Amino acid sequence: MTVMSYIQAITAALREEMIRDEKVFILGEDVGVKGGVFRATDGLYEEFGEERVLDTPLAESAIAGVGIGAAMYGLRPVAEMQFADFILPAVNQIISEAAKIRYRSNNDWNVPITIRAPYGGGVHGALYHSQSLESIFANQPGLKIVMPSTPYDAKGLLKAAIRDNDPVLFFEHKRAYRLLKADIPEEDYVIPIGKADIKREGSDITIITYGLCIHFALQAAEKLAEEGIDAHILDLRTVYPLDQEAIITAAKKTGKVLLITEDNKEGSIIGEVAAIIAENCLFDLDAPIMRLAGPDVPAMPYSPPMEKYFMVNPDKVEKAMRELAEF
Amino acid sequence: MAREKITMPQLGESVTEGTVSTWLVAVGDKVNKYDPIAEVLTDKVNAEVPSSFSGIIQELIAAEGDTIAVGGLMCYIETEKDVQDEETAANDENDKDLVSVDNTAKENQSMKQRYSPAVLRLAQENNIDLLTVSGTGRGGRITRKDIEKVINAGTIDTLKSETIDVAPTMSKQRETFIPDVNHGDIEIPVQGVRKAIAQNMVRSKQEIPHAWMTVEVDVTDLVTYRNKIKHSFKQQEGFNLTFFAFFVKAVAQGLKEYPQLNSQWAGDKIIQKKDINLSIAVANDQELFVPVIKNADEKSIKGIAKDIVELANKARTRTLKSDDMKDGTFTVNNTGSFGSIHSMGVINYPQAAILQVESIVKRPVIINDMFAARDMVNLSLSLDHRILDGLVCGRFLARVKEILENMNETTTNVY
Repeated sequence: MTVMSYIQAITAALREEMIRDEKVFILGEDVGVKGGVFRATDGLYEEFGEERVLDTPLAESAIAGVGIGAAMYGLRPVAEMQFADFILPAVNQIISEAAKIRYRSNNDWNVPITIRAPYGGGVHGALYHSQSLESIFANQPGLKIVMPSTPYDAKGLLKAAIRDNDPVLFFEHKRAYRLLKADIPEEDYVIPIGKADIKREGSDITIITYGLCIHFALQAAEKLAEEGIDAHILDLRTVYPLDQEAIITAAKKTGKVLLITEDNKEGSIIGEVAAIIAENCLFDLDAPIMRLAGPDVPAMPYSPPMEKYFMVNPDKVEKAMRELAEF
Repeated sequence: MAREKITMPQLGESVTEGTVSTWLVAVGDKVNKYDPIAEVLTDKVNAEVPSSFSGIIQELIAAEGDTIAVGGLMCYIETEKDVQDEETAANDENDKDLVSVDNTAKENQSMKQRYSPAVLRLAQENNIDLLTVSGTGRGGRITRKDIEKVINAGTIDTLKSETIDVAPTMSKQRETFIPDVNHGDIEIPVQGVRKAIAQNMVRSKQEIPHAWMTVEVDVTDLVTYRNKIKHSFKQQEGFNLTFFAFFVKAVAQGLKEYPQLNSQWAGDKIIQKKDINLSIAVANDQELFVPVIKNADEKSIKGIAKDIVELANKARTRTLKSDDMKDGTFTVNNTGSFGSIHSMGVINYPQAAILQVESIVKRPVIINDMFAARDMVNLSLSLDHRILDGLVCGRFLARVKEILENMNETTTNVY
């Protein structure tokens, strides 16, 4: 076991996959010589050379397009979007090409690409460095969207994404990079995409969320445990397609469900989670399904008090959890 | 003047901690707002930490080389302006608002009959009347957990009603049977003392497994003695010297020697009471009271007789106070005053036993193979068989009998 930060787990997964399979290569802005602005690809250029760690122009559409083409011809590219906010110029490539090629070609072609992108706010990143964009891609069959919450999950899921034969969007919360540290086993392990994970067993209320919000929920849960409120926490891990069975089981367990996302509330991932619960769990529900999310305003503000107002944090989660428990 | 904290600032996206490489100030230094106070190293940048206040550095908390989380305390600075107080005052006000809102929420019962789908389903599946379930949710709402608790607690009842058809009828009989009222019948509402008596008796008979025992006592000597002194006693003291006072005295002494009978059932334990406080049954036309002779074992026969008279008067004039009625540990019931020669008392809950002192009757008794006319009395004991067994009660009764049979002019002094 080694203690690794979230970003070290990412780097380790990339490195191990590049050693394991020479078809794996990395492309993105500043991923090579610099080692990435967050240092996710630190040391990989030196180890694997410029042919497998490619610095690209500032053109996200090209990063995605080149990656998709290479993937169709049998390579396993890992494309990095420097910030998830910058993925938007590549949306056409991702949605219209990567997601649909297997279907359009009647299974003749497939696109085993992984697109990594740091998302999320609370880091004084303001408009262009704080967004959560998963919901843009979350109704595109053919795509998978993975958003791990822990270093352990990040490593296992990134390996699964690279080995997956279809396109995977891999969103990493940039605040988690150095905030979260955990023991990571030495041996190779893979966590299956599409499976949610129970991060805390409890019997009073069910929290379903993903990414950094898992930690807010865990922190709040520990505090509330002292008051006798016992929270059950489900980590979606893959936000598209959703693990319906795990969601239904977790919701039925307590009948009181709180859904959390850092994204703007309306049209977010958790709205879909709420729909799954409403369709399947009516007679087990003991309270209205509750959502805690960012406000429906266009962007994460830069001003610290405003950013604090926008962001989900442990206090807000605790308050919502208590309110639901007391209902 | 105010003591302010300077904390590790956020030094870049994704940076969550920083290492203090050099302090640029020392304790006692005067700094202006925005002056650099320390150099900090993160895995992204090297940066200077600016002071958030103007003032004098008071205490450096972080040592050089320490890694501090963002928001973690680095040092204290003494400023000229009192900012903190205003903030806390404002916070206090907010807190007050929150508290008052909370209180109103708790008293509110508006959600009592708003049922969630889960609660309704569980209630139907388990035949639970929701009006009988109390809710712990907001506004008195019955939560899924509340109803699950009821289901778990009541499993046995539910099973019974499913398997045995007679069960519902039986439980109906438990509810009071209401007879017809015919013309000319008088209806007396049950309230006050009558109601309390009813409840106590039901409780005692339902909860306590009663057992009974009676001994016969020869009180000829006692009768002789008491009859001899009763007139002078009345003249001297102004109240009657009753037989009952002697019995109470004997019982108090017996309890002192057999404290097992002076105890109470408390579920997982038996509480043996230190004080011997004897409840005595006193009735007026409608009601029955059981006032208490406190510490009867410490009183003379005269003192007991006086207590009895006073308590009986209070009962008749309905001036008994709750103090007069409480803390009884054993009851002595003077059933003999109605001419009863045998009875089975209901234990005065939560005591362990009750003793009925029956009528003193002159009867032919065989002593040394000869008939003799003796004053005989029956003492009937009802006991809580959870606490007491026949053996100890038999010994107790034998002891009381012995005491009473030895009460005479030479052995006993009423004062």
